[in-house]
Amino acid sequence: MIPAAFDYTAPSTVDEAVRALADAGEEAKVIAGGQSLIPVLRMRLAAPTTLVDIGRIPELRGIRDEGDALLIGATTTHYEVQRDPSVREHALLLKAATDTVADPQVRHRGTFGGAVAHADPAGDLLAPVLALDAELVLHGLEGPRTVAAADFFVDYFTTALRQDEILVGVRVPKHTGWGAHYEKFSRVAQAWSIVAVAAAVRVEGGVIAEARVGLTNMSSVPVRARAVESALVGQPATAEAIRAAAAHAAEGTSPTADGNADTAYRQHLARVLTSRAITAATGV
Amino acid sequence: MTATAEPEVGKARLRKEDARLVTGRTRWTDNLTVPGLLHLAFLRSPVAHARITSIDVEAARRKPGVVAVFTGADIADAQGSLPCAWPVTADQKAPQAPSLAVDQVNFAGEAVAVVVARGKAQAHDALEAIDVDYDELPVVLDLTAAVADDSPLVHPDLGTNSSAHWVFDSAEAGTGGDVEQAIAEAEVLVERTYRQQRLIPAFMEPRSVLVDPTGEQTTVWSATQIPHILRLMLALTTGTPEHKLRVIAPDVGGGFGGKLQVTPEEVVALVVATRLGKPVKWTESRSESLLSAHHGRDQVQKLTLAARRDGTVTGLKVELLADMGAYLRLVSPGVPILGAFMFNAIYKFPAYRFACTNVFTTKTPTDAYRGAGRPEATYAIERLMDELAAELGRDPIELREQNWIKHDEFPFTTVCGLEYDTGNYEAATARAKEMFGYDELRAEQRERRERGDSVQLGIGTSTFTEMCGLAPSRVLGSLSYGAGGWEHAAIRMLPSGKVEVVTGSSAHGQGHETAWSQIVADQLGVPFEDVEVLHGDTQSSPRGLDTYGSRSLTVGAMAVLKAGEKVIRKARRIAAHMMECAEDDLEFAAGKFTVKGTERATALTDVALAVFAAHDLPDGVEPSLDSEATFDPENFSFPHGTHLCAVDVDTETGFVKIRKYVCVDDVGVVVNPIIVEGQVHGGLAQGLAQALYEEAVHDESGTLTTGTLADYLIPSAVDLPHFDTDRTETPATSNQLGVKGVGEAGTIASTPAVVNAVVDAVRHFGVNDIQMPCTPMRVWTAINGGPTDAGGLGSEAGGGLGSIDTSGGAA
Repeated sequence: MIPAAFDYTAPSTVDEAVRALADAGEEAKVIAGGQSLIPVLRMRLAAPTTLVDIGRIPELRGIRDEGDALLIGATTTHYEVQRDPSVREHALLLKAATDTVADPQVRHRGTFGGAVAHADPAGDLLAPVLALDAELVLHGLEGPRTVAAADFFVDYFTTALRQDEILVGVRVPKHTGWGAHYEKFSRVAQAWSIVAVAAAVRVEGGVIAEARVGLTNMSSVPVRARAVESALVGQPATAEAIRAAAAHAAEGTSPTADGNADTAYRQHLARVLTSRAITAATGV
Repeated sequence: MTATAEPEVGKARLRKEDARLVTGRTRWTDNLTVPGLLHLAFLRSPVAHARITSIDVEAARRKPGVVAVFTGADIADAQGSLPCAWPVTADQKAPQAPSLAVDQVNFAGEAVAVVVARGKAQAHDALEAIDVDYDELPVVLDLTAAVADDSPLVHPDLGTNSSAHWVFDSAEAGTGGDVEQAIAEAEVLVERTYRQQRLIPAFMEPRSVLVDPTGEQTTVWSATQIPHILRLMLALTTGTPEHKLRVIAPDVGGGFGGKLQVTPEEVVALVVATRLGKPVKWTESRSESLLSAHHGRDQVQKLTLAARRDGTVTGLKVELLADMGAYLRLVSPGVPILGAFMFNAIYKFPAYRFACTNVFTTKTPTDAYRGAGRPEATYAIERLMDELAAELGRDPIELREQNWIKHDEFPFTTVCGLEYDTGNYEAATARAKEMFGYDELRAEQRERRERGDSVQLGIGTSTFTEMCGLAPSRVLGSLSYGAGGWEHAAIRMLPSGKVEVVTGSSAHGQGHETAWSQIVADQLGVPFEDVEVLHGDTQSSPRGLDTYGSRSLTVGAMAVLKAGEKVIRKARRIAAHMMECAEDDLEFAAGKFTVKGTERATALTDVALAVFAAHDLPDGVEPSLDSEATFDPENFSFPHGTHLCAVDVDTETGFVKIRKYVCVDDVGVVVNPIIVEGQVHGGLAQGLAQALYEEAVHDESGTLTTGTLADYLIPSAVDLPHFDTDRTETPATSNQLGVKGVGEAGTIASTPAVVNAVVDAVRHFGVNDIQMPCTPMRVWTAINGGPTDAGGLGSEAGGGLGSIDTSGGAA
């Protein structure tokens, strides 16, 4: 189908983009890679009056080493995240999850920040961002501010972004030397996750010293499996211990029911996939 | 000229049409344009069943670029009723089927108004300004409930939701025994109810139609499988004189039966273009296609198989409910009936009864989809044979062999009265077992089962046959089909030695241009490259019955062959005149007429040039070699094959992974092995997709919830296994070429092979069925003692595209 008519502006700086958003008012939308927004526009599920294209703002693209963290620019493509050596070294979980996003075409067009700001609970990058305790750097008329991932995701497709704000980057604390795995469960390769689990672990002398586990599509927002994390710490990195800890994965969740999975099945999957994700992350 | 030394038939030629089809450097309907072209956009009902109390189009008429807006009432006099060419019973009930709904809508997605605008975007924008009031009626969604006495009616004026009840009974037909007696005397009964889920053909190129009324003849370009049938039906439906219509199917990007249709949009485009005197075009979006183009399958199959303890089958009773959707489209009622003769499959059932009730529901109409009736039948019988084997503790292949027709029993008249000309089920099965490593995989399965492996191996078998080559006209007549089953062809010998082949078959991806060229190159002894195949235009190819039902090679190419024989016959007389000998003294081979026992020869192409000059022809001989032929087959053809599937079922998640897939098909003589391989691969992908992935789902209000390709799951290459394919070759004796057809084989055979494998993997958990598609949740639920049809609708928002509502938030 054909989108409804809209105005289009492509600012070249963040300040201009923020100004354009504020000027356009409530019905403005930010577009970056367009991999989520364009289908929505074509099906006329949304009809924004203005699109602010942030794809031509050079400062938003690329990955910067900030010492104890990586700052990933919002319009860095999935392909660039996949190929970046510093991501592989310091945020392996993010690379693992990005590898499972859609298909090569989408990964070349779609952006990291776009996927995060779209806040689709079935999106694959939200749980890793949450699990790695990332900070989201937002910029609005009043300047920049930083929001913790745990506070950023508010509801289905809803974030802490204000109308005049854009997501400019995601600061991911380095998890150097951590094992990581993203265990995705979907019916066909290109489909959204029914459930997926993002796991990162640090093993010291055969014992799990730290663990981070995030769940995809187990709620309206990505969730941390805190009970699993605490059950893991201090445990030997064995299949048995991991399975016991993973049994806590669905605690406190009330996932939605749809044609692919009812609530009980999703909770069951969360347990099974958590066990598999941690097992793979620890290399057991 | 040089004759080809090596026969073309059988050669693995790359397809001559592929360069333009794969790169898209060709003419599809949507990339055609004509001066002054206007664009159409259709407003579709968002509700499944309602009376239209008012439609206000005034605001839409005033929108920028809008030329006209029509409702059903506006064109009621011109649009007629969409045709159904297959009234399966004399008392079949059929509703009026307007292209634009007039006073009632009967499925969500039915067109209620059309906007004509200068730009496509303007047409779509104006749709939003149309205001329709609907007075909702109760929906009719479930097949079984629809035929209950207390069901609301889709079409109250018909007094019932049952369109027709069609029966074949071998005792009544005199082709076999009485199935009720067989059931009464059975030592073993297998009784099952299977569900054929609703599928969407999902061809690659969306439907598109362009109508140009400029000039004496109105030209209709359409992305259709059936330009010839479309021309006749458009004439009959709208009252446009047939000779004033020209229909062109330019290159068409797939159909799978989904473009075997006379669509509402084609009729409306013709009516509107005629009324305005201006050319119009419509091209659907993908979501419009999934919603409103006809769907396929959708049956409930109640099955009873009777057998003796020793495994001999003694009777089969089939009771079907077949969902027609809201209307009868072109061949909707006949689709389940095409399966009537296939439930007995390759087995020697002595008694058989088939009864089918065609049912109306408030859903998108169903019609032909790859295999059309035969996949449903094959699924049922091949699932039942595995169930009987399990019941008797027998190996499923050995049990099949006990019951199938042996290779030395052909020709064999089945319990349905069909004569299978040839087949060799033993050979195909032996080869498949060998390639599969059947015994080794069974041993591994035992070992993993004993070990309690969390991933269980399952092995599924499908030994299928199908009836192809639709069809002998007299048989179609006996089934009340509205047309014949012949095909037409013509051959034109050009003076420069090149050859034009005109075919009534209408390729939409099959590779006819290559295959027909190979056949004609051999027959006339001309180079493959010198043959041009013309099709899909009622002006250049005036007669034809088009492409569906694996009929093109068995019927269409046979017509080409017959036309070629006439060319040679005409040329022989002239060649004899040129060489001053008797016709009987000439033999024709490799493109040359040679005087027997001499070196004297004249090439066919030289004869063609002499005919063009026409300076010296025998008395009374017309100066043309051009010939045409119409071929009506005497029988169907019966491809068969053995498909074996091994799956790994993850019992912790229910996920099914196909580990190995072997198929050995017997499609008779092969004209081009690459084309055959491609058809098999594509067919397998579609058949596997029915088993594991695809399902059109409606919610309780009758809304299609799988309305995008994000929700209607079509597998991609990474989801599919490597296919190990091979062939046995038992030539058909029902046609001169010995060919059987291959368009539907993979689709028909593979679905039960996969589901048999899935059930086999988890049978030890007490599972004997899992409804299609075998989703992870269904498999996991069945393993854990739950129902076989777990799933259904969620009521809450989830993730993904389908969850986004019109406000841009979550539904």
